[in-house]
Amino acid sequence: MTAARRASAYLTTHARTRLALLLAAPLTWLVLVYVVALAALLVTALWTVDSFTGEITQTWTLDNIVTVVTGALYQAVTLRTIAVALLVTVIDIAVALPIAFFMAKVASPRLQRVLVVAVLMPLWASYLVKAYAWRSVLAEGGVADWATGGNSPGFGLPATIMTLAYLWLPYVILPIYAGLERVPDSLLEASSDLGAPTAQTLRLIVLPMLWPAIIAGSIFSFSLSLGDYITVNIVGGANQLLGNLVYTNVGAANNLPLAAAIALVPIVIMFVYLGAVRRTGALENL
Amino acid sequence: MNHNTARRPALLAGLAIASVALLSACGTSAPSGSGGGEALDELGDTEGAVSILAWPGYVEDGSNDPDVDWVSAFEDDTGCEVTSKTYGTSDEAFSLMKTGDYDVVAASGDASLRLVAAGDVAPVNTDLIPNYDGIYDFLKMQSWNSVDGVSYGIPHGYGVNLLMYNTDVVTPAPTSWSVVFDGSSTYAGKVTAYDSPIYIADAAVYLMATQPDLGIENPYALDETQLAAAVDLLKQQRENIGEYWSDYLKEIQAFESGDSVIGTTWQVIQNSVTTGNTAVVLPDEGSTGWSDTWMIASEAEHPNCAYAWLDYIASPEANAQATAFFGEAPSNQAACDFRDDCEAYHAGDEEYASQVWYWSTPIADCLDGRTDVTCTDYSAWTTAWSEIKG
Amino acid sequence: MRLSTPARVILGAVTALVLAVVYLPLLVVLANSFSTSRNLAWPPPGLTLEWWGRAFRSQGALDALLTSVQIALAATAVALVLGTLISLALQRQAFFGRDAVSLLVILPIALPGIVTGIALNNAFRTILDVRLGIATIIVAHATFCIVTVFNNVLARLRRTGTNLEEASADLGAGVWTTFRLVTFPQLRSALFAGGLLAFALSFDEIIVTTFTTGSGVTTLPIWILDNLFRPNQAPIVSVIAVVLVVISILPISIAQRIGGAEQVTK
Repeated sequence: MTAARRASAYLTTHARTRLALLLAAPLTWLVLVYVVALAALLVTALWTVDSFTGEITQTWTLDNIVTVVTGALYQAVTLRTIAVALLVTVIDIAVALPIAFFMAKVASPRLQRVLVVAVLMPLWASYLVKAYAWRSVLAEGGVADWATGGNSPGFGLPATIMTLAYLWLPYVILPIYAGLERVPDSLLEASSDLGAPTAQTLRLIVLPMLWPAIIAGSIFSFSLSLGDYITVNIVGGANQLLGNLVYTNVGAANNLPLAAAIALVPIVIMFVYLGAVRRTGALENL
Repeated sequence: MNHNTARRPALLAGLAIASVALLSACGTSAPSGSGGGEALDELGDTEGAVSILAWPGYVEDGSNDPDVDWVSAFEDDTGCEVTSKTYGTSDEAFSLMKTGDYDVVAASGDASLRLVAAGDVAPVNTDLIPNYDGIYDFLKMQSWNSVDGVSYGIPHGYGVNLLMYNTDVVTPAPTSWSVVFDGSSTYAGKVTAYDSPIYIADAAVYLMATQPDLGIENPYALDETQLAAAVDLLKQQRENIGEYWSDYLKEIQAFESGDSVIGTTWQVIQNSVTTGNTAVVLPDEGSTGWSDTWMIASEAEHPNCAYAWLDYIASPEANAQATAFFGEAPSNQAACDFRDDCEAYHAGDEEYASQVWYWSTPIADCLDGRTDVTCTDYSAWTTAWSEIKG
Repeated sequence: MRLSTPARVILGAVTALVLAVVYLPLLVVLANSFSTSRNLAWPPPGLTLEWWGRAFRSQGALDALLTSVQIALAATAVALVLGTLISLALQRQAFFGRDAVSLLVILPIALPGIVTGIALNNAFRTILDVRLGIATIIVAHATFCIVTVFNNVLARLRRTGTNLEEASADLGAGVWTTFRLVTFPQLRSALFAGGLLAFALSFDEIIVTTFTTGSGVTTLPIWILDNLFRPNQAPIVSVIAVVLVVISILPISIAQRIGGAEQVTK
């Protein structure tokens, strides 16, 4: 037997070695690049910065974390950001469900392909350009003013929520659409044959099967909104969100320890969220 | 193969903690930046390359608009190939300079002193720069570009923060900053202001006139009490602010559409508004302004090319081109020969300029010379600014 | 489930309405690309083709586009390899820490971009002491693109099962041969779909890129950010956005076609 054949035979029977080989490269990458970076950032949160020279002094202190947890500014901004992220997520899911359902179950195969292309195309227009487009839509005398007869919401938190919901919509539609495709038509027909009205079928059959996909979509929109600082600068008026605080402290204040401490907030929130949804199997539906 | 699986989690955890601790100890160590280095005594041969960090529009090489190019001539003359990076705010510039990747930086006054303190820039030997003589004297050796009589850079153009208003909505024409402070409720939701901690100085300028008891001598030298007063004023203003602006395209748009009707502005914004219903004024209380400085990195890899650039950009024609494109007054006296809009920018008007408090970095050693109190520094201003925005 | 005609009509109408709202801002962008206003004023005061001409001649834009494409291709390639490896490992075997690995893959995209950005920036500069540049951007992008490939491949592996692979092994094919001739063809369309999404993610990414880029490296989003600042450049940005959207029809349709051909019939 050649060496290649021997190696192949060994690998076929030794699952563990195969596993180790498969995982070696990706795990090394992820740990080295990401985990270490994240850990280092969190460690930085426990240090301070010398405000005169701008250098980080490695004296251990909980001050930054205490400031973030107890400071009125940080509490207010955190609540505001969570509220925005939740609203964006709810809006996106509410809008995505009918579209995804239409695409998956009602549209003809040809229309389906067209619709998927139509939903995905806006992803390619730059995020910045889309945000600025919304700015011009919501401005005084813009399209929104013209459409509502002068009652455009203008810039502010509602505008931010609308724009963020708009930006992340394709990311929410995709997993839900994929999830709906996995719901066999035969199940739905059986349910209908057994006499269940449409609403009941949706509620008792489709929704439970779709739930992981919905959660998967929500992870995208929630997390993307939690850390965004660019859209709120463009359409958010004078408001600021968590992302802005982190950004200001990394840049303006040159205070990486404080920025890292603030960054802990979305990290903790996302970990809690991910932990909570792990059971639903959503993580396999991203 | 018999693994004691109960031990594994503990082992892995221990390994994880150890490796993180090790890497953290290696990481986030203070990079060299100690001491800004010495100024060059004499120039040597140019190194063939130079890396520049500047505001967008300062280093144009024709790649954005073929007609806008003052870099190619420099490259042809000196053989120094220019790579440039733009930044959005002074704070971004400050962070980027820490990487040590750039030889030259165009820093506004709110970043320059921080750069000096952090040791990221070196003193500049102005004798090595022939075009330095042609620069307006009132820009040289100021608090934002020199420390203890040592020059840290070459002035590049200057501008004033003016009060801009929509002539259709705001009548009569305002002459005081009170319209954006005490009187801002008249235009609630349509007032705008510059989105940076340095704007606190604008509030301080207003307080200098309206609350002289506070004893503010220099809007960049504020002790705790004075800063608190400025912060209160700005928190009141916040209630009527529609949006803050940091990129001026945003403000141009806002004034053209009518989302903003009054607020702080730059001359270039007034010049760019096409709806014709805006005007600017330098209010009675005076104002803040900015004069950028070309500085050289303390660990610059290409110091000779760096000096060559500083000399070139201070030369009349290049200075005229660069400052005209951005929309500011030139720093070189002869630059007005190459521009026809010097009047609009009050170029060389020393009297106009004396009403202006140019951006300077607030530091703990009071810039007005007081030694009995500690002044608030830029990091305190940044914290205050976050709280003002709420 | 047979949907009543009114229900179908309503669903169709809702879909049409939402798509209209989705494309409205894009139409605004299209209008702006022909607008004579240099400051994106609305409504456009006049029409001109000047910006279209300038955009195609703009060296800065073309360079940025090229850089973005290079970075996206490289990041996608890395993500394809790593994503496939991980999904093969996770799908075929249960092992200690499987959930943790799964979580690890998702983390770069589940945590907000600014967190990833400052973490990587800090790590590159201080721990690994590498200069920020194209390589660091590619590393950053590949890291959060892994998950898109991972998910698509995982879903496909779950659907196809191990029967064919076991049969191949029984017939005497080595591990690599099995992968090459049996597994890979089954995965192809999933890889294409995942890779396309990864490419799109990397191409349009701005936040992490801002923190991991070095001097002289300008990706398209960074170029757009820089040029929205400048007078006279904003309409060119609109032109570029329109071109990107139009061009994107091609790869998306291809992905659809390939994916549709192998779709499990309902």
